[in-house]
Amino acid sequence: MASLIFLILGVLVVISSLLVILQRNPVYSALYLVFTFFSMAGIFLILGAEFIAAIQVIVYAGAIMVLFLFVIMMLNLEREPEAPGQHPWQKVFAVFFGLVLLITLGGAVYSGVLKAEPVRAVAKPAVENTKAVAALLFTDYLLPFEIASVLLLAAIVGAIYLAKREH
Amino acid sequence: MIELPFALALSAVIFVIGMVGVFIRRNAIVVFMCIELMLNAVNLAFVALARQLNTLDGQVFVFFVMTVAAAEVAVGLAIIVALFRNRETLNIDEFNLMKW
Repeated sequence: MASLIFLILGVLVVISSLLVILQRNPVYSALYLVFTFFSMAGIFLILGAEFIAAIQVIVYAGAIMVLFLFVIMMLNLEREPEAPGQHPWQKVFAVFFGLVLLITLGGAVYSGVLKAEPVRAVAKPAVENTKAVAALLFTDYLLPFEIASVLLLAAIVGAIYLAKREH
Repeated sequence: MIELPFALALSAVIFVIGMVGVFIRRNAIVVFMCIELMLNAVNLAFVALARQLNTLDGQVFVFFVMTVAAAEVAVGLAIIVALFRNRETLNIDEFNLMKW
């Protein structure tokens, strides 16, 4: 049952991310990306990462995509015009190199991870996921946590300064 | 357990879709969205492998990837707004001042 839901969510993610890159209108791309993020949150839930699923919905789908949509609305963009200066075969080359990378990644994963590590059963966690992640975050990973907060402060200052209107 | 190969394959596919999107799209905001797709693919790989190795370090790293992605989106969109204010276009072919 979980495998079936995983399969359905995986197909949904692939279809909606394909639609993200194929839509002409940037608002449609953003909405399909929101759908992709929600499906990814479902996949995270199936993989047992409940905390990550929650912050995926809150941060990615709830804050980052809202920011994207606000900027698209503010800049009042239209449909993307047909690119005149493009190489005529650019799309073909892009898809070709994408397939090459996909095959390379598949080969790397297969020979590296899937052969070396035997697929073993997952132990049932003793505490809830959020509690366990928080325990790690505030003990072993305390320094990166504090540095992340300084990074967010720098991002706030930078974003405000860059987007300010000249007076 | 079918989850690990399927999750890693899905992560690779989403990463490649994002990469192809960065290649073929001309709008700067859509290119940015495809970069977010690639970051999500990496998050999926981290979570799947964390589950496989029965540790939570992968999930902590996903937390940090999301933090950095949020900061990057804020600053990147501010840059795009500033660019649009100066050049009135978001077609990335137009930004060729550094081309020789």
